[in-house]
Amino acid sequence: MSNDVNYGTIIKNGIFGENPVFRLALSLCPAVAVTSGVKNGFLMGVAVFFVMIMVNGTVSLLRNYINPKVRIPSYMFIIATWVTVTDLVMAAFARDVYKQMGLYIMLIVAFAIVLSRAEMFASKNKLLPSIVDGAAMGMGFLLALVMLGVFREFLGKGSLWGYQILDSKPLLIMILPTGGFFAMGLMMGWLNWIDRKFFGGTGGGGGGH
Amino acid sequence: MEAPAKEQPKEPRKLIVSIGPHVHDTESTAKIMWTVSGALLPATLMSVYYFGMPAILVMLVCLISSMVSEAAVQWMLKKPITITDGSAFLTGLLLAMNLPANVPLYIPAVGSFVAIVITKHLFGGLGFNIFNPALIGRAFVLISFPKLMTTYVEPTMRVMAMDAKTTATPLVLLKEEGMAKLLEVFHTKAALYQDLFLGNRAGSLGETSVIMLLLGAAFLLMKRYITWHVPLPFIATVGILSWLFGGKEGLMTGDAIFHMMSGGLILGAFFMATDYVTGPSVRSAQVLFGISCGALTVLIRLKGGYPEGVMFAILLMNCFAPLLDRGMRSPVFGKAEAKGVKK
Repeated sequence: MSNDVNYGTIIKNGIFGENPVFRLALSLCPAVAVTSGVKNGFLMGVAVFFVMIMVNGTVSLLRNYINPKVRIPSYMFIIATWVTVTDLVMAAFARDVYKQMGLYIMLIVAFAIVLSRAEMFASKNKLLPSIVDGAAMGMGFLLALVMLGVFREFLGKGSLWGYQILDSKPLLIMILPTGGFFAMGLMMGWLNWIDRKFFGGTGGGGGGH
Repeated sequence: MEAPAKEQPKEPRKLIVSIGPHVHDTESTAKIMWTVSGALLPATLMSVYYFGMPAILVMLVCLISSMVSEAAVQWMLKKPITITDGSAFLTGLLLAMNLPANVPLYIPAVGSFVAIVITKHLFGGLGFNIFNPALIGRAFVLISFPKLMTTYVEPTMRVMAMDAKTTATPLVLLKEEGMAKLLEVFHTKAALYQDLFLGNRAGSLGETSVIMLLLGAAFLLMKRYITWHVPLPFIATVGILSWLFGGKEGLMTGDAIFHMMSGGLILGAFFMATDYVTGPSVRSAQVLFGISCGALTVLIRLKGGYPEGVMFAILLMNCFAPLLDRGMRSPVFGKAEAKGVKK
């Protein structure tokens, strides 16, 4: 919209202010499903990171040619295209991981965070800011998944990235879905507390899916 | 301090404004909590008699860590510290009653922390928790430490015994090896019933002795701290359904008495499902709550992966308590007539 875009603000917004998982509470389903290990969480985050950059870039380039009446289906086409690219690339070059996460890669199509950034940001901004926004949001998602993955894998299996660190499993519940919600809630509360305590924020994330 | 504050307004006299009914009574949270804890005393003593020193240690760790957690979290949240009202004590005691005697002592500590901090205070403190804190604490440690939490010991009847023999609870025996094996262990049916009634069997600390739990429950019923509306339908449903479906030889061959006296049913029905906060408060809703708890318990015991289902049944029904209350609320006085009045 405006010419003077502040990239610093966009990046800060994506990673902290409107962190997709911890602040907007979007895409919680995959965030719980894949974060039983750091590795899966990280790769999922990378896939989303890539998809978000490409989708935001494409939508921004095409923003003047898309009829507003059919914009949502158009965005869906663009998202589906890039998710398919990601899916095929992962299937070709990372078979082991793909076997575990293939289902969730396809689900990126339905991630609320991807569509919402296309609608809220990329469709109104020029190419470069849109790509930065996609990268910042993707990075925020990636960091959230890695944080959850570290927390859950360490407590649930006593390992990190598949390498055994402790010789026991401190809290088995953490790698189960129940533990995912525990971890997510605790971390969300903790970040809200930090925000309120040190940055004067009002705290509070919304409900999502 | 500097110069005296000018005309400090006097502490205003508290005028409590609330909607009816206005009942003034000598009851208080603290009195109820300590009385319920007192009602658990017979079962507590019995568990010490059966399991000895390990039981005392588990209870002490539970009580201390519950009360410390309560004080710490209230201090951190800058709320008034209310450990003397006994609610943390009761939660700790109930949690201890739900643990096997020989667990490593960090398990009660973790369970108490989850019960008090996560289940109770993160949801807003006493009166605002959705789930029964002691049961969530137990569910958390059961899922986290499945092996340790399902290793039960035989009652030793010696105070200093630290080398108790591990064995399966009657419900595990029934689930995995059938009634024949159960009778082999306990010799006759009468002996089985007798041991269940007195509590001479493997199990969690406080759940074993039916007679002592009933003694405490009778006291609470007499004091009208609890009513029959939840426990009775709960236990009756378990009895009826396990009699109908519990047998191997078809319908109506199950052993109702065994199912009613084993596991944590008596403890759960009288002391956990009757929690004021997490259960419904409308009478008819309470009956339905009890029946549903019973049905879920039998479903889990007979068909589920766990040998015992009382804990999960109560927790599941805790979610529905507000819904049951809303659905079965008695009509407001005067409202029904108002509908018919023509304007």
